[in-house]
Amino acid sequence: MEGFMYPNEVELQWSILIVLYPFLTGLVAGAFILASLERVFRVEEVKPTYRLALLTALAFLIVAPLPLQLHLGHPERSLEMYLTPHRASAMAMFGFVYLWYLMAVLVVEIWLDYRRDIVRLAQSCRGVKGLLYRVLTLGSYNISPAALRIDDRVGWIITLIGIPSAFLLHGYVGFIFGSVKANPWWSTPLMPVVFLFSAMVSGIALVLLMYLATCAMRRVAVDMRCLDTIAKYLFYTFVIDFSLEMLDLIHRIYEADESFRSLDFMVHTRLFLSQILIQIFLGTLTPLALLSLSQIFTFSVAVRRRIYATSAILTIVGIFAMRWNVVIGGQLFSKSFLGYTTYKMAFVTREGLVPAVALMILPFVILYVLIKVLPPWQEESVVVAEAHGDD
Amino acid sequence: MTLNRRQILLLLPAAAIAWDYVLADNPNGSPNYKMSEHWWGMLIDITKCIGCGSCVRACEMENDVPEGYFRTWIERYHVSDWHIETPEVDSPNGGKEGFLPGKAEGGKNFFVPKMCNHCVDSPCSQVCPVGATFHTPDGVVLVDYDYCLGCRYCIQACPYGCRFFHPKKHTADKCTLCYHRITKGMTTACCEACPTGARQLADLKNPNDPIHSFLKTHSVQVLKPHLATGSKLFYNGLDGSVR
Amino acid sequence: MAEFKDSAHLIRLAGVFLLGLVLFLVLRAALIPRSFGRYGPFRGDALAEISARPVAFAGHEVCENCHPDEAALKASGAHKTVKCESCHGPLAKHADDPGTVQPVLPEVAKLCLRCHSKNIAKPAGFPQTEANGSKPCDTCHKPHSPGLKPEGKK
Repeated sequence: MEGFMYPNEVELQWSILIVLYPFLTGLVAGAFILASLERVFRVEEVKPTYRLALLTALAFLIVAPLPLQLHLGHPERSLEMYLTPHRASAMAMFGFVYLWYLMAVLVVEIWLDYRRDIVRLAQSCRGVKGLLYRVLTLGSYNISPAALRIDDRVGWIITLIGIPSAFLLHGYVGFIFGSVKANPWWSTPLMPVVFLFSAMVSGIALVLLMYLATCAMRRVAVDMRCLDTIAKYLFYTFVIDFSLEMLDLIHRIYEADESFRSLDFMVHTRLFLSQILIQIFLGTLTPLALLSLSQIFTFSVAVRRRIYATSAILTIVGIFAMRWNVVIGGQLFSKSFLGYTTYKMAFVTREGLVPAVALMILPFVILYVLIKVLPPWQEESVVVAEAHGDD
Repeated sequence: MTLNRRQILLLLPAAAIAWDYVLADNPNGSPNYKMSEHWWGMLIDITKCIGCGSCVRACEMENDVPEGYFRTWIERYHVSDWHIETPEVDSPNGGKEGFLPGKAEGGKNFFVPKMCNHCVDSPCSQVCPVGATFHTPDGVVLVDYDYCLGCRYCIQACPYGCRFFHPKKHTADKCTLCYHRITKGMTTACCEACPTGARQLADLKNPNDPIHSFLKTHSVQVLKPHLATGSKLFYNGLDGSVR
Repeated sequence: MAEFKDSAHLIRLAGVFLLGLVLFLVLRAALIPRSFGRYGPFRGDALAEISARPVAFAGHEVCENCHPDEAALKASGAHKTVKCESCHGPLAKHADDPGTVQPVLPEVAKLCLRCHSKNIAKPAGFPQTEANGSKPCDTCHKPHSPGLKPEGKK
């Protein structure tokens, strides 16, 4: 500890697990927005990533509550959020928003889009796999063109509802921080918006990387029209995200309220590596520069792929650093503005580095299983066109 | 007046509800304490505090406060000349064992005891997701140890740093204004132990409580008034440098 | 019902959701604590549980009931604002069972210096000393009435 802190402030309350949670839900929201680009806004080019984006969102959504459960002092009481939610608390909304988004949006949309495949697999598979598919059909084997058209229509509506739902799923996390008047590092009306746009950036970057990775694993050619479009949307979203963060920064420096000196010192010392080097230079300015080069100049396919892949990886690292800087940074300075503490991250205990890393790997394991159970790719493009109602 | 059977059947549930309402005012079953007759606060007189740490030790003994955590603590301020925005502050182990003599470097030096402010519009109870921290009808902010999830949102939301995470109970914890004492007509442990009368429990609803005449005759302040928490912890003689 | 033939699977889906909702409502009714909401958005029984905690400090009125002489002596001296348990420690157990539970006074010099050791942050006019406790303070200053008579050291 340096300077003076209120005695109860020296120990950090929210650990790397609470850094992980907004990172994971951000990826969910971002991946879903990319999927909705195709479904609602008819951006044809990104169709090859539609199902992959949905499955990615689902895999990460399943893992999202786990860091929270590990963090709670009494995880066995977490049901209380459903029994007696305190309506004034943004955190109380978590249970309901999560359940709504998981069941009413993501699961339903995936089910409607995959229903044709599920019915076919239920009829062709044997054993446990066959049983699984038969359960998933809910007993209905109707995949006539009329039924599929209804599925498409309903799926469109669900996706439409899903966009504000995804905003809510991640925006409320921003509000959890942004509404804490006690903490000037967190308290700003911009927080939900910054969280949302950084989520979209990280989600789009993730789907871009997943697409490249799965094409390589399947030894299939990358659809460059698709990839270029994803990179374009990544670039636009990133510009908005960067502008919002710059606006917050400039505003803080200009107004220089009572917290400014303390926060400024903290950023230049405690957060120098994670904020200035990793989040700003490596995670924002570099990918923005690379992506704007690819938008201005024409490069070959190989060079473009490298630029996109590098930008996407740097982006994801940068957005993780952003979550770190918000959550951990907000606890490193004293509310007396007279001192600082350090975050001593545990290693193998409940809130340590090892569980955090395991939780970051887990969604990919789940995604692998999901891809096996609900294969996103049809080898014939005709079948893909049919499933979406010939539009 | 005689009642027929039907009238009794109608009156009984009404009587039960009325009895429930009567009982509700005294949660601990004590007939002498009615929650609706009290509105608790505290007065701390900076001009009288000698930084002896008796309050911190008494609170620890009364409430089994775990080592390294504080339901109340004392800060020592040194303000050199006109630099009120950059005081030097220290609080060695919360002031529990008192303070070292200090350098004779002039300036202004004083002690500031701190504790939960039992705010009327507390940000802590606002953010609790399940209602585990709440306001009693008599103005005390408490934590329900059997209901708290340990999410620590309330600890983040408190501007005064008075909450902590209890290492054994795995819930949030903080000053309870010795609720178990004040509902029995006693004062808090910290006020009982204070040798100079710098700390005084105040019942803002009691017209005979000396706080009312004190508030009329002294300049009192609260911590961080710009956050509009409705703090009921009143300070006499609080310097502008206090954070 | 032929019109609904093509959306029958959606009706099944709705049925699954409805079932889930009913299950949720039943669970809520069963699990929400009875006293929740009695006084406000919290578990009402918590108030009784918190108030039921045993006390450690008896409070000076209780001490003065059995020890009126010491109380009277203290009330006329410089220590009149110092309550009994400030020096003698928490004594509710002693008050409940005076014969069995005997209070133990901490070492005199340490006790006095807790308040009276010199410190620049103490209010001006508060009696402070640089004495190190080599001579016990109560040789000259009686704790219940610590003031010294004007003519000398007794």
